[in-house]
Amino acid sequence: MSVMSYLGAIGAAQREAMEADERVVIMGEDVEANVYGTTGGGKSRSSEGDFLQLFGRNRIRNTPISEEGIVGIAAGAAMTGLRPIVDLSYSSFLYMAMDQFVNQVAKNRYMFGGQASMPVVFRSAMFYGLNTGAHHSDRPYPMFMNVPGLKIIAPASPEDAKGLLRAAIDSDDPVLAFEAVKLWGLKGEVSDEAFRIPLGVARTARKGTDVTLVAISGSVPDACAAADRLAEEGVSVEVIDPRTLVPLDTTAILTSVAKTGRLVVVEPAHRTCGAAAEISALVAEEVFDALKAPIVRLTAPDMQIPFSPSLEQQMYPTRDGITAALRRVTGLKPA
Amino acid sequence: MRTDISTSTLLEMQRRMTRIRRFEERAAKMVKRGLIPGAVHTSIGQEAQVVGACMALDDDDYMTGNHRSHGHPIGKGSSLGPLMAELVGKATGVCRGKGGSLHLADFSVGSLGESGIVGSSIPIAAGSAFASKILGRPRVSLAFFGDGAANQGVLYEAMNMAGVWKLPVIFLCENNQYALSTPAHTVTSGDIFERAAGFGIPGVRVDDGQDVLAVYDAVKTAADRARSGEGPSLVEVMTYRFNEHSEGLRIDNYRDKEQVGEWLRRDPLDYLAARLRDRGVTDEHLKALDAEVMDEVDRAVEFANESPYPEPSVAFEDLYTDEVTAV
Repeated sequence: MSVMSYLGAIGAAQREAMEADERVVIMGEDVEANVYGTTGGGKSRSSEGDFLQLFGRNRIRNTPISEEGIVGIAAGAAMTGLRPIVDLSYSSFLYMAMDQFVNQVAKNRYMFGGQASMPVVFRSAMFYGLNTGAHHSDRPYPMFMNVPGLKIIAPASPEDAKGLLRAAIDSDDPVLAFEAVKLWGLKGEVSDEAFRIPLGVARTARKGTDVTLVAISGSVPDACAAADRLAEEGVSVEVIDPRTLVPLDTTAILTSVAKTGRLVVVEPAHRTCGAAAEISALVAEEVFDALKAPIVRLTAPDMQIPFSPSLEQQMYPTRDGITAALRRVTGLKPA
Repeated sequence: MRTDISTSTLLEMQRRMTRIRRFEERAAKMVKRGLIPGAVHTSIGQEAQVVGACMALDDDDYMTGNHRSHGHPIGKGSSLGPLMAELVGKATGVCRGKGGSLHLADFSVGSLGESGIVGSSIPIAAGSAFASKILGRPRVSLAFFGDGAANQGVLYEAMNMAGVWKLPVIFLCENNQYALSTPAHTVTSGDIFERAAGFGIPGVRVDDGQDVLAVYDAVKTAADRARSGEGPSLVEVMTYRFNEHSEGLRIDNYRDKEQVGEWLRRDPLDYLAARLRDRGVTDEHLKALDAEVMDEVDRAVEFANESPYPEPSVAFEDLYTDEVTAV
């Protein structure tokens, strides 16, 4: 085991995959210079672990700022023998390639009756909460959950980042990885061995019996902290991190709510048609009889993200907000 | 003009053009009778441009198509039965009845699929060329797109990356002069083939796209260049569709009747037939070829008609490679 940052874990997964399979290539804006820290040992070309030195430009290459073209080229390459990892840097940039994601990446296997396979991973980072303004703060994973044919991961710990990314690269289907930048510096124990975490299996971050708290991506650390706070007051919170949004581990969520009878869902995306909405509907449909309290969703409002720190702060669920919601559904008095 | 093409190759070109013509004539009739559901766009009149390009490629080279793409897999050598079954929506269709006329794909002949979204499959072809280059395989890729797609931005993103990375890809613009009803020159600034110069790659225009050999020559030059590692080319082919934009559509106010008549006289099948006669091929031989193709089309229709429709459960397959199913 080593202590690794979330970002370091992504770099480790990419290096392992590149070493294990020559068909794995990395392409994207600024990947050669290791601008985001996942394609090398440091910021210097001479640093040990620099991907360009290790693998050469055939296996890692900068692209022009042409997201639609990049995504289409990666898709075509995946259909004909490569296993590309595409670094799209900011999640908001995915919209530039919406046609390719929706009409080619997601549909080609299906439309062509299974003739195509699409082993490609599209990574992007959600820079929310960092005063980057409305064009760089998006958390767009729910939009892509609405596109059948894509698989979606949103790891929230270094270990999950490494294991899920390896599984995503192994997958013969297209996988979108959404990485919250607020998690980049998070440190944790990660196995040095090559390991995979299968897509579609949730992680129970805290075991509990009174209330189920489903938390997504950057909300997971806050959810765990809120659960720990409630534990001190004698309330047992079960925190579930789905880790993969498509396919979603519905069994883990339903089993937990059937046991606890209460559900709070927290995520940084917008409210309408978000992952929290989907999970709430699922629970209402499948285990309604087990519910002892109304389901609570904690999300960003259906509002654009303002620049000023004083304005942006209030836009995402907070530790205090989660704590308050947990108190409410368990019948505790507000603190 | 290449003079080294054998008569047997010319006959194969004529056969493939005839296969496209008869297949699509039959499909158009079936649309009229309600036997083929959905939208059908034929490339009748454009056969020289399709076959000239396909035959300049090797069998395992890749290509992508567009909404007017029955001809592309046929030109590349697909069997007609599974294509016709796909148009009808049968289980034996080349895409198991899930693609239809707008999404034919036959990976067995390098056809990576048609796109109903104009221009959308162009980067797919460039991507397959990227894979060939990285994996060191000597394959060439070709993207078929129309004059309408020539005004989509993604073409230029792909052309730029193909140029800077020297990808073995050919951008083939089938300029049939109308994007549905809109004359290309009214929405297109400058000449399409000249846009290649902006990317530092060769751009040529085949003015007589009804001549299969002229198309073959231009695409062969581009394919040789791509295969030798020199990178992409843009080939614009001037042609004309004889039928309406799609079968069943009736708009006669955007193409001048005289213009239509003039182009109908420039039939690519007649054109090559004349050349074959010059080489001593008899009328009987050409008639027999046509009869063989008619018979092949009959068998394809028979195959489609006798095939079962897919089971309803098939609609829920092929989304992913594993067992993940719809919610």
